Amino acid sequence: MIYVNGRPTDGGQNPTIRDVLLAADIDPDSAGIAVAVDAEIARRGVWPTLTLHDGARVEIVTATQGG
Amino acid sequence: MSAPLHIAGRELRSRLLLGTGGFARLQALGDAIDACGCELVTVAMRRIDAAAQGSLLDVIGARGVDVLPNTAGCFTARDAVLTAQLAREALETNWVKLEVIGDERTLLPDAPELLAAAEQLVDDGFVVLPYTNDDPVLARRLEDAGCAAVMPLGSPIGSGMGIANPANIMLIVEAAGVPVILDAGVGTASDAALAMELGCDGVLCASAISRAADPVAMAHAMRHAVHAGLLARGAGRIARRTHARASSPLQGMPEFAE
Repeated sequence: MIYVNGRPTDGGQNPTIRDVLLAADIDPDSAGIAVAVDAEIARRGVWPTLTLHDGARVEIVTATQGG
Repeated sequence: MSAPLHIAGRELRSRLLLGTGGFARLQALGDAIDACGCELVTVAMRRIDAAAQGSLLDVIGARGVDVLPNTAGCFTARDAVLTAQLAREALETNWVKLEVIGDERTLLPDAPELLAAAEQLVDDGFVVLPYTNDDPVLARRLEDAGCAAVMPLGSPIGSGMGIANPANIMLIVEAAGVPVILDAGVGTASDAALAMELGCDGVLCASAISRAADPVAMAHAMRHAVHAGLLARGAGRIARRTHARASSPLQGMPEFAE
């Protein structure tokens, strides 16, 4: 089980960040998104290869309205 | 028009920065960007909603202005630094409006956490524009830490109470070697004009525009207010006096019959 934006998610066996994005219906190649895993930034270059451990907390963020 | 504003080597022709928070519709945001003439607009970083992907950035991009990501909502230096790093990754800018707040009731900056975050972000190559208290000493510490500008509040975020302590804003301006941008508290155009008259180099507005009854009309008003305040600052206002001083001559007064 991993946590994607706070939601418990069954990511299967050792999913990559790219796998998680695709499962969440987010295009990994789209601009304007960034990912943190366990409170550390995961740069775009590692998304296809970095595998997530059980219990990993993945935050996927983008720009929203704000002052 | 007036002289451009320079921050970290970048020239901004507009001295008004727009916060994108609070607009009920993206169309109104786009129209307000046009009306206020800004070149930088702030955005926040939040969890993605896959269904709503990209629309805000599309509106901003279509208007030809750049984003200034903020770290709104962060209470610690750690969270603010990570949020800035996420923004840099997502938006391909190393500029950040740094906010580290102390509590939700006042949204006032947490000075020790703010300074710690500023130091870390400057070391990490960011152009840091900190939202700070109207505290001349903290402003100096932020400048010494390498911040590219300082952004003191006029009054609490979203309060519309204007500039609560103009004397402190003047002290910050007097001492600053980097641009001073009044951030937070602006309620209407006269507040923005006053900020410029006090010597600020720019004004950042969000709620004052986005939550006005007519945001586009207020954006237009703010544009002119910032310009008018800058012109008035350059023109040199008259000194305040306790007593009246007639502007019409006393000499030559007619004497009317009883």
